[in-house]
Amino acid sequence: MSGYLEGVLVLLAINVVFAYGAFLPLAAGQLNLGLAGFAAIGAYCSAYLSTQFAVHPLIAIPLGALLSGLIALVVAVPVLRTRGIYLALATFALGQITKAAILNLAFIGGAAGYPVPSYVGLPVVLAFALGVAAVIPLLFATRFGIAVRAVHDDERVADLMGVEVRGFQIAAFTLGAMIAGIGGGLYAHHFSYIEAQYFNVGLSITIVLYVLLGGTQTTMGPLIGAAIFTLLPELLRESASWRYVVFAAGVIVLMVLRPQGLLTRGVFRRLFDWRHSRASARDAESLAEHAA
Amino acid sequence: MFAQQVVNAVMLGSVYAMVAVALTLSIGVLNFLNFSIPGLFMLGGMAVWALAHAGVPLPLAIAGALAVAAAASLVVERFTWRWMRTASPFVPLVSSMAFLLLFEHLAIAYWGSDMRVMPDALANGNWRFAGLVIGIPQLVGLICSVGLIAVLSLLLKHTRFGRALRTIAEDSETALILGVDIDRVVAAIFVVAGLFAAFAGVLFALNYRQVHPFMGEAVGLKAISAMIVGGMGNVWGSIVGGLVIGLAEVFAISYFGADFVDIAVFGFLLLILFVRPTGLFRGMQTVRAGI
Repeated sequence: MSGYLEGVLVLLAINVVFAYGAFLPLAAGQLNLGLAGFAAIGAYCSAYLSTQFAVHPLIAIPLGALLSGLIALVVAVPVLRTRGIYLALATFALGQITKAAILNLAFIGGAAGYPVPSYVGLPVVLAFALGVAAVIPLLFATRFGIAVRAVHDDERVADLMGVEVRGFQIAAFTLGAMIAGIGGGLYAHHFSYIEAQYFNVGLSITIVLYVLLGGTQTTMGPLIGAAIFTLLPELLRESASWRYVVFAAGVIVLMVLRPQGLLTRGVFRRLFDWRHSRASARDAESLAEHAA
Repeated sequence: MFAQQVVNAVMLGSVYAMVAVALTLSIGVLNFLNFSIPGLFMLGGMAVWALAHAGVPLPLAIAGALAVAAAASLVVERFTWRWMRTASPFVPLVSSMAFLLLFEHLAIAYWGSDMRVMPDALANGNWRFAGLVIGIPQLVGLICSVGLIAVLSLLLKHTRFGRALRTIAEDSETALILGVDIDRVVAAIFVVAGLFAAFAGVLFALNYRQVHPFMGEAVGLKAISAMIVGGMGNVWGSIVGGLVIGLAEVFAISYFGADFVDIAVFGFLLLILFVRPTGLFRGMQTVRAGI
């Protein structure tokens, strides 16, 4: 496999992991603009464990994600008191504080960045990405998914139906942060070097864009969004700045044409649900009978 | 030394206040967090540099920069708010983020990604007063920004446009029934927001003499904090918020070092969001009640 193709696949896999990290809170109706901060916590914690205590990356990366999730759990209670734009701004401030705190911590390199000697290659990164892309749809096929969707659609009705609204909001926020932490750990161990500046608000925004473009209604949306918007700009890599111009213009046009994202529940049903097509065929038959 | 720090903080704060006014107009009236405003700030600064660099006299260069940003803001309006009524509230927010990205990378494509230095065209005199150094452009900028915000506040309070705008903030459907031409008023809001952001960019370019395609991000993020501190939708609150954030930043730099600034500023923001989410001053209700 050529080095270029491998590089693109790694980028794709990490972006898919990040996208699922953004998908969980979005599915519960939260716009989290601080995901880069949680990714940074996962990256730095796993890198510190594997560098200082010689923990194997396959163990260090989940441990980093765990710390990211723990911190998210602690801050979730005050952060989720806010909602809508305020929630977006609170998570955004949180991400900025995390980045600034890392810049001030000398034992993980501060502004100079942090080298990570232990390395994970494409197979490991890919395995993690496939794992995340398999577990989240399974999770959303359970009661958890139904409850999160209910909270997203109408908190009050969900509450009346006996859904523990606050609990599911905290769960979606925390799980999202954990998955972002996995993405950060993979990034750190593949690229062998991390710096706080990488985990900026631009990263948070890009991740959220993947999901909103792919669509938040189905669990395949983040996968599609991350895949298209990682691979498409590669076609334009001759000119780095024009590639972002095209990306941004694409986002604007897509939001106008398909505000719910590329892959909606309706599209998904039409593509993958055989009962749907059979039912519509039956409807067509009965209509034809009536006409006759 | 202390007084000099206060002077510097006030100058920086007035730039934040101008951008915060642009943001607060959009939030207070349309409930839309317009992320393209930092991009318009950058366009104002970069355009005034490009025009001055090409030998255009400064007043014309400033007018040109403002016109560019106002036109760009109208394009943003066409592709964001117009689609808000039918889509989820995230959609215009996402599109405006894409516009920020678009403006930044268009600026790089045209002008390159280097830091550019403003030419020495204008008399950059300093005024010394009681041991303080006050830059003339800084002083003019401060007076202009406070003056413009005062004019805007009077406009909102006393004119037909201001009343139409406050009706939309209250309830856009009722505004429509009462005969308010919503599309025109909203377009005007975007133009005013674009002008405030671009003017702040011009002031920044003249005061700090450096422009850069990503200059909007750092200032925009601080202006968002200033807006929240002052209370979303409150025009005068933006001035107070801008000054508070400017003071917090300048004193954090001089006492704790530059790396500490973000922790101080955003920590303060987070505290306000937790403790008093409406900001120090009443926000949208104040817009409704008449600023």
